[in-house]
Amino acid sequence: MGLKQNLHKLKEKYRGTKMAPAFNALHTFLYTPNETTHSGSHVRVVDDLKRTMNTVIMALVPCLIFGIFNAGFQHYAAIDASLRLDPLANFFTWDNFILGAWTVLPLVLISYGVGLAVEFIFAVIKGHEVEEGYLVTGMLVPLIVPIDIPLWMLTVAVIFGVVIGKEVFGGTGMNILNPALTIRAFLFFAYPTWMSGDKVWVHGARDMAGQPDAISGETILGSLAQNQEHAYSIWDSFWGFIPGSVGETSTFLILLGAIFLIYTKIGSWRIMLSAVIGALTMGLIFNGVVNAGWIQEGNSFYGLMSETFWHHLVIGGLAFGIVYMATDPVTGSQTNKGKWYYGFLIGFISVLIRVFNPAYPEGVMLAILLMNVFAPTIDHYVIQGNVKKRMKRLKAKTA
Amino acid sequence: MALLSKKDSKLILDPLADNNPITIQVLGICSALAITAQLKASIVMAISVLAVMGIGNVVISLMRNIIPSKIRIIVQLVVVAALVIIVDQVLKAFAYSLSKELSVFIGLIITNCIIMGRFEAFALANGPWRSFLDGIGNAAGYGLILVIVGFFRELLGSGTLLGYQVLGDPIQKTGIYAIGYENNGFMLLSPMALIIVGLIIWVQRARNKDLIEE
Repeated sequence: MGLKQNLHKLKEKYRGTKMAPAFNALHTFLYTPNETTHSGSHVRVVDDLKRTMNTVIMALVPCLIFGIFNAGFQHYAAIDASLRLDPLANFFTWDNFILGAWTVLPLVLISYGVGLAVEFIFAVIKGHEVEEGYLVTGMLVPLIVPIDIPLWMLTVAVIFGVVIGKEVFGGTGMNILNPALTIRAFLFFAYPTWMSGDKVWVHGARDMAGQPDAISGETILGSLAQNQEHAYSIWDSFWGFIPGSVGETSTFLILLGAIFLIYTKIGSWRIMLSAVIGALTMGLIFNGVVNAGWIQEGNSFYGLMSETFWHHLVIGGLAFGIVYMATDPVTGSQTNKGKWYYGFLIGFISVLIRVFNPAYPEGVMLAILLMNVFAPTIDHYVIQGNVKKRMKRLKAKTA
Repeated sequence: MALLSKKDSKLILDPLADNNPITIQVLGICSALAITAQLKASIVMAISVLAVMGIGNVVISLMRNIIPSKIRIIVQLVVVAALVIIVDQVLKAFAYSLSKELSVFIGLIITNCIIMGRFEAFALANGPWRSFLDGIGNAAGYGLILVIVGFFRELLGSGTLLGYQVLGDPIQKTGIYAIGYENNGFMLLSPMALIIVGLIIWVQRARNKDLIEE
């Protein structure tokens, strides 16, 4: 018999034992469950939590593949700058793919292996079903870390993120903070030398430091924060031929992912749109400040403040954060009106942190985590406002 | 004959575990976050609080019948403040570098809510000997958590214990640093102290289900 039958038998064999949730999870991950509800209401839908998660993963796959090529490309282009003259011709090559796969795939394996192991252990101890929440987190994590992050650091961070960020609150659906960003924030504060600076974004830059053939790969934001020139055109950053975290460089593919998520109604277009508006607003304010002459060249904020306002959308991880992480249905605002405030503030604060915190030039991670904390408060006031409005209407009617 | 009666030994042992001032009553959190980045500082803090609380509880207990209840908080504050100044001066005289390291936090023992809490809840209603035991017990319970948190934060954050490089030298790359280990900078930031305290609370309540409140 086929795999389905075997999985089914395995599940039956372990029914009622301690390991049952583990086999159950394997079975339902691949196939529709073979039992049906016997009582109560029956709702038959195709998009349960697992399918929802899989849809997001599908939207992330292009970013992952691009990230693999980009890892190789950035490494070779740092050694031989002439490759940058025609990125498209030199991008999709076997050399790039092999080097990229060699460096990126271990990150994916560690992220999924460790994260799912923690999930399975918790499910078996607590005796509940394995939760699907880690499927997307496991894919996001390798895409938002620098390429050369040591695997043991990632392991520690994933354990921390899943246990402290999610399981202590009661698992998927109960977490306050986005687990993927919790993992990144942990790495960021625990091992800052591996998470920022100009040596971590290109494979090999750290190992070659100090040697005659040393290479460096400062990100655009890093250069701007230090008021330095950078060699990347705006189209480079739109297509993604720039150094950065593994999967967040290509704004083009993120845009495709966003369209896909909006079309399938998985991601909230309100959050995405309002976050973009928020970022543009803050960018315009800073541009205005520079144009008014309040900030002169030589000021430490000049580089980032004078950057044309819409460029903020294509450099750094802002787009990736807005599309894939701000829209997390668990940690974001739930009400439609709340989503506008929530998204707007994410974009607004991201650019604010970018400019005023040159030590950590990317602000979208901190902005989303901050707004995750405030999302329930926003929802509370939106709902209370609605209650008040309807009470007033009721009063007008009865009076 | 045992040194302490069963009731008296309960006064000391309870705050160490099932009625711990930090993990159960959630008092004294601020200093637990602020000074536990180094084990040495945690130990000195624990001893200082032990001294202040042991003596303070006795003093308040002796005065309990003559303190007008309207101004008892002020009287308690004066007692703590006097004791804290003594501790501060002793530290400055005999362990100057440490007192510099702890800086304002020794002075802030005055505001440690465990001390005021025990004065209010226990010393005002009990005799000196029992108050003394209660003070010692609660301070020890507080100190225990401080030392545990300090141990993990210093070990994982700086790779040292009491200043000795037990994991090797991070700059020379000896010990486990040779195979790529790095200190966890997050451990040195206060949020991590909160998380470690949280983990202790988790372990404690997982072992003793009675502590889980609904």
